[in-house]
Amino acid sequence: MELFSSEETLLKDSASGFMAENASVQALRDLRDQKEALGFNQELHKTLAEMGWFGMLLPENAGGYDFGHRAAGLVAEEMGRNLTASPFLSTAVLSAIALRQSGGDHLSEWGPKIAAGEAVIALAIDEGAKHNPSRIKATAEPDGNGFILNARKRAVFDGYNADRLIVVAKTGEDTGLFLVDPSAAEVAVERNAMLDSRNAANIQITNLHLDGKDLLCPLDKGAAVLEATLRSGRAIAASEQLGVAKEVAERTTEYLNERKQFGVPIGMFQALQHRMADLYCQIEQTASLISSALRAIDTTSDKAEALSRAAKAKVAKVSRVATEEAVQMHGGIGMTDEVDVGLFMKHDRVLTEMLGDSAHHIDFLLKTRGL
Amino acid sequence: MTSLDDFRMETRAWLEENCPQDMRKTVTTESDICWGGRNWTFKSEAQQQWLERMAERGWTVPSWPKEYGGGGLNGDEAKILKEEMTRINAMSPLESFGIWMLGPALLKYGSHEQKLQHLPKIARGEIRWCQGYSEPGSGSDLASVQTKGVDMGDHFLVSGQKIWTSYADQADWIFALVRTEPDAKKHKGISFLLFDMTSEGVSTKPIRLISGSSPFCETFFDEVKVPMENVVDERGNGWTIAKYLLTHEREMVSNLDAIFGGSAGLYETAIDSIGLDETGRLDDPLLRADIGEFLIDEMALTAHLAAAKDFHRAGNQLGARSAELKYLGTELNKRRQSLVVQAGGLEALSGPEENNGIGNQSASWLRSKGNSIEGGTSEIMLSIISKAVLRLPSLG
Repeated sequence: MELFSSEETLLKDSASGFMAENASVQALRDLRDQKEALGFNQELHKTLAEMGWFGMLLPENAGGYDFGHRAAGLVAEEMGRNLTASPFLSTAVLSAIALRQSGGDHLSEWGPKIAAGEAVIALAIDEGAKHNPSRIKATAEPDGNGFILNARKRAVFDGYNADRLIVVAKTGEDTGLFLVDPSAAEVAVERNAMLDSRNAANIQITNLHLDGKDLLCPLDKGAAVLEATLRSGRAIAASEQLGVAKEVAERTTEYLNERKQFGVPIGMFQALQHRMADLYCQIEQTASLISSALRAIDTTSDKAEALSRAAKAKVAKVSRVATEEAVQMHGGIGMTDEVDVGLFMKHDRVLTEMLGDSAHHIDFLLKTRGL
Repeated sequence: MTSLDDFRMETRAWLEENCPQDMRKTVTTESDICWGGRNWTFKSEAQQQWLERMAERGWTVPSWPKEYGGGGLNGDEAKILKEEMTRINAMSPLESFGIWMLGPALLKYGSHEQKLQHLPKIARGEIRWCQGYSEPGSGSDLASVQTKGVDMGDHFLVSGQKIWTSYADQADWIFALVRTEPDAKKHKGISFLLFDMTSEGVSTKPIRLISGSSPFCETFFDEVKVPMENVVDERGNGWTIAKYLLTHEREMVSNLDAIFGGSAGLYETAIDSIGLDETGRLDDPLLRADIGEFLIDEMALTAHLAAAKDFHRAGNQLGARSAELKYLGTELNKRRQSLVVQAGGLEALSGPEENNGIGNQSASWLRSKGNSIEGGTSEIMLSIISKAVLRLPSLG
C-alpha cells in the first residue's frame, strides 16, 4: 500500500536490478564458501559506492548526495532481499550519521572516502551479548589535553580490517565518540566470523592515548550524536530486515503453488493459506511502520525516536515468523543448505540482535509511556 | 492564492458562523450521534440546526453530486472540509447506513430515478436505512440467501428472515438481498431490493448480546409486497452490488474509531490498577510484556491505516486489501479489550451484568468479540487475501 514517487521507484528498480545481478544470494554463498575474512567483497563495496549508495546519508559538502533515510531504506530493503553482504550499515549509515551529526574536520576528511567506497568505518558500541548502550563500561579518562581509552568491545560489525573505529566510551557521566585507528599497538582486533558469514570483530583497547581532536564532537554532545546515530541505524537495519521477510514470504508463496502433495498444490490447503495471509498482513503493516519511521527521521519529527524503535522491534518479530514459516512450509528441503531459506534465517537472526532486539526496544517504549 | 486556499478560507468562515457551539465536541456516547429518519427526535436544537445547515449545502455527503443532494466537492475540497471540521472539533451532522452503504451502491448501480428518489432524503437525514444481508442460515456463506421474492408481475412477494439487521427497529427503509431467480445459479439468483419498513408483513425483534443490549435485530418478512421498480440494477445482479458494498463496509469498520481508536484507556488502567515497581516499570512483568507487544502493533496499524488513506486518496482502489485492514484492525481491537480487562482485574468485572452499557470495560471487551465476525469473519478475510492478493489456488 506504499506510495512511491517517480524518483523512489527509479531508485528501487535500479537497486533491485543491481543486487540481483551483482550481489545476490549466490554471491553470499561464494563469500561463505571461500571463507572471505572481511565478510564482504571489496570490489562489490566499490561498485555499490559507484552507484552512489554509500553517500546517500552524507551532505553534499562531504562528498555525499543527501538522499535521505527513506531512499537509503529502499536500497537496504533490496540488500535484505538479496542477502547482499557489504559494509553499508556500519559505514554508510552508522558511521556516516555519527560523522554528519558531529560535523567538523572528521566529516570533511572521512565523508568523501565513505561515499567513494574507499574507507570502512565500524561503530564499536556493544560490550556484551546484548545491545545495551545504557550500560557502557568503556572509559576515556581525561589525561592532559587528551584521554586514555580502555574498552572491551564485542560484535563490532565490519570491525575486522576497518580503516577506523568509532569507539563509544564514558568520560564520567558524558558519552564520548572517539575516532580510533585500529592499527595502533594498543588496539587488538580479533576477527569473529558470524553465523551469517559476515564479520563482527571483538576488540580490546588497552591504555590508548588519544588527542582531544580524536573526539568526533564535544563530550556534552556525545549522547545526542549517539542517539541520532542509533536511530538512523535502527530504521535502516529494519528496512534491510523487511527485505528479508518479504523475500522469504514471496519465495514460500511461490513454493506453495508449485509443490504438489496428495495430487494438489499444497497452497490449496487452508491451514497453510491462512498462515501465509496473516504473515502477509503483518509484513504490510510493518512496511508502513518502517516507512513512517524513515520519513520521521528525514523530517526531524519528534516521533522519530519511538517510531524507529517500534520499527526495529516489530520487523524482528514478523521476519522471524517469515523465516520460520519458510523452513516449515518448504518441509524437508527447507532444512537443506541447497535451498536459500536457511541463509535468510541466519542473517535474520543476526539482524534481530544488531542494534537491539524487540524486548530491548519495547521496554524503552513502555517506559516512555509511563509503564 | 489558489482556488483551494480560497475554498479553505470560505469553508472556515462558514463553519465558524454556522456550526453551533454545542456541536463542537467529541462524540462520547451513542446518543451524541444524529441518525435522522422519520421517527428521529433531535437531542437538541443545536443538533437539528447543524443538520439542516449542513444538509442545505450538501455537506452531509460532501462528495456526492449536487443534483442528488450532495456537495459536489472534489477529493481535495472534501479533504479540506474534513480538516476544517476537525479544526473546530465539529461533530458529524449525520451518520447513517444510507450515507455509508446504500448511497455508494446507488451512485454506482442505481437508475437516475432511484438516485433522485432516495439520495436527497439520505442527504437530508429524512429517511434512515438498514441493511438486510445476513440470515440465520447465511453467515459467512452470504450468497446462500434464502429469503425469497416471488415474481407477481408488477411486484415481488418477499418472505423470509434476516438477522443482525442493525437498527431495524428504528429504520424507515431496508436494502436487502433477496432470491428472486430460484432457477439461477447460487450467486446469480439474488436481487438487491429496496423497500419501506412500514410495509405490511415486516416485523422486527431486538437481539440481546453477551455484552448486553444491542442495535441488532431479527427482521421477519411475511409476503411483503415490493414493486418491481425497486430492484437496483438488473434482477439477479444483487451479489455484485453486495460484494462492492462489503468492501465499503470493511473500509468503514476497519477505519472507524469505534473499531480502532485510542488505547481504550489500556495504559492508564494498567498503571492505576497494578502500579509501578521500583524501576518505574509496571509491577506485573508478564502483563507488561503483553502490553508491549500490543503497543508496537498499535503503532504499526496506525502507520498502516495512514498509508492506506494516502493510497486511497491518491486515487487507488483498496479492493481486496480492505480485507487486510479489516482483519488487522478487528484482531488488534480484540487484543486491546482483552488487555484492558486483564489490567483492570476484578475491578473491570464488578457491577451487575445488566448494567453493562456503553463505556463499560467488560461490556466493551465482550462486544469486541464480535468485531472479527461481523462484516466478514477473520477467516473469510484471510481466505480473500490468499486468493485475491497472494493468488494461492482455491477449491471454489
